[in-house]
Amino acid sequence: MTTTARPQEVGRTTVETTYREALREAIREALRADDRVFLMGEDVGSYGGCFAVSLGLLEEFGPERIRDTPLSESAFVGAGIGAALAGLRPIVEIMTVNFSLLALDQIMNNAASLLHMSGGQFNVPLVVRMTTGAGRQLAAQHSHSLEGWYAHIPGIRIVAPATLEDARGMLATALRDPDPVLVFEHGSLYNMKGTLDAAAGAVDIDRAAVRRPGEDLTLITYGGTLGKALDAAERLAADDISAEVIDLRTLRPLDDATIIGSVRRTRRAVVVDEGWRSGGLSAELSARIMEQALFDLEAPVARVCSAEVPMPYPRHLEEAALPQVETIVRAARDVVG
Amino acid sequence: MSTRRAQEQRRREHLTGLLRTMLLIRRFEEACAELYSAARIRGFVHLYVGEEAVATGITAALGRDDWVVSTYREHGHALARGLPLDAVMAEMFGRQTGVSRGRGGSMHLFDRAHGFVGGNAVVGGGLPLAVGLALADRMQGRDRVTACFFGDGAVAEGEFHECMNLAALWRLPVLFCCENNRYAMGTALAKEHAETDLALRASSYGVAAWPVDGMDVLAVEDAARRGVEDVRGGGGPVFLELRTYRYRAHSMYDPDRYRDKDEISAWKEHDPIDALCARMRQDALLPDGTRERLAEEVACLVDAAVEVAEQAPLEPVEDLTRFVTSEVEPEVVAG
Repeated sequence: MTTTARPQEVGRTTVETTYREALREAIREALRADDRVFLMGEDVGSYGGCFAVSLGLLEEFGPERIRDTPLSESAFVGAGIGAALAGLRPIVEIMTVNFSLLALDQIMNNAASLLHMSGGQFNVPLVVRMTTGAGRQLAAQHSHSLEGWYAHIPGIRIVAPATLEDARGMLATALRDPDPVLVFEHGSLYNMKGTLDAAAGAVDIDRAAVRRPGEDLTLITYGGTLGKALDAAERLAADDISAEVIDLRTLRPLDDATIIGSVRRTRRAVVVDEGWRSGGLSAELSARIMEQALFDLEAPVARVCSAEVPMPYPRHLEEAALPQVETIVRAARDVVG
Repeated sequence: MSTRRAQEQRRREHLTGLLRTMLLIRRFEEACAELYSAARIRGFVHLYVGEEAVATGITAALGRDDWVVSTYREHGHALARGLPLDAVMAEMFGRQTGVSRGRGGSMHLFDRAHGFVGGNAVVGGGLPLAVGLALADRMQGRDRVTACFFGDGAVAEGEFHECMNLAALWRLPVLFCCENNRYAMGTALAKEHAETDLALRASSYGVAAWPVDGMDVLAVEDAARRGVEDVRGGGGPVFLELRTYRYRAHSMYDPDRYRDKDEISAWKEHDPIDALCARMRQDALLPDGTRERLAEEVACLVDAAVEVAEQAPLEPVEDLTRFVTSEVEPEVVAG
């Protein structure tokens, strides 16, 4: 398990890469390793993927396995479910999370429910990838962070790769899962550059990771806000506040052991979530900490979430609506007192 | 025995089999109505009385390995497909011996062994699954057909149009079986569709589509055989608009205020069981007393299924959260 932000070991061969390329390499490897795997979605082929994740794969694997679909989210997500039932291992790409709402019936009523409704007969080994999050001035309908909603639903696993290692390694593990896995890729991460172990491969999709160890409080986050939380921790360190940063990685099922273990030790927690506060994932995390570690806390759990507003277009308002390094630092200072 | 007599006997056996299936479905549904009224079974229960010829005729044309995707009005599809009567009845009672271990109930009958991929409570929700099953079969070079049942109400759903387009675009082996019983719950066909010729709607996607008398089991079987042959042969999807009628209300909750009794009586004049019997009698294939004997036989089987179901064990409460995720280890893939 990865336990630090940059886990390279001296002497190992590394490659320069991006989050986008790491995702592409993961898809390529999966297609090579298993004939049952195919990629399906809007513009994944000739266009190369809306965010260029699948660029070049059509040429390498052909139109049967890099399958462009019509703009029919419900049909092609449902088709992914059906194909999974019939023995294939589809990777379905939904361009962005807001479009996934058009397939919500299939995701919730079929993918998440079929195994249970059928008394254990029909599992759905399906992977759905989608882009999530704000920060690119895309306004109200293209800036959602709905992974917390999806994490409400029993029967699906929700993962959010926030690092190059996870972008490279989560897909392989998700494809081996006998049940549906939804992968949320934050739109601001695609261009993230860094080095990756040349031999990087499958990673677990069960456990949260401590990306920065600390003693005075725990910042709990995932996905697009991991970088902001790490920057906040750096700023806090300058003031002699030692913040531990947890990357949830998997939003359902939550890794209570890592979260609660950290909070029991640091006795203070700030949840950073780009989703809305009301009824959201941050509320769930806060409740779990209250249920399992109330008497270890020195301060109430704090939350830094997005403002409860449909995302406005202008940069200054969008920035004001989103969790920022400054707001995380302020919340951390408040709980430390 | 001469060839002709052998043929005649085969035909008699075949038609008798169709008759028996329709009688079984009808008796099963009547028993469900009685059990529901007596509060012995619960949930939403949607009965198929009047529509028996559709499930019976379609499934008669399917092969053992073909898939069936169903709806919430699915008892008839399940029984016609050959799901064990006792297990289907046990599902009504929520028993562990039910086809879905009692966890599905009337609307969610599943049976992998019979390629029966369940009832869907969301109108149109099964169509994308059918497209996906067919896609996988085609990609893996299997010659299976997926028969997908849905109603006239589903034709108003976006999923219907997405799936017609996708299945036609990719020439997938799906037999779309639209059970047009003239009502989407309580809303009459002409009140829900600007164009009520549903086959015409499907054909606008380049899907071969035609209407069928859904009260005539032989017409349904004949259309289904043609359709299955086309689909299996790689000709792309086929859409059958099966014009039928349900005698009973939408569900056991429905007070049936939206149609008049004369309309129901008029459709009963075209009862699919009576129609088949008349046809068999005309061809001297229905010896006196056969219908009554078959009706008695299936009634006994249904009664016995009720008795067995009521004695069957329930899922233990400790197992409440089983089957949310699979109880197998993730597979190891080489490479």
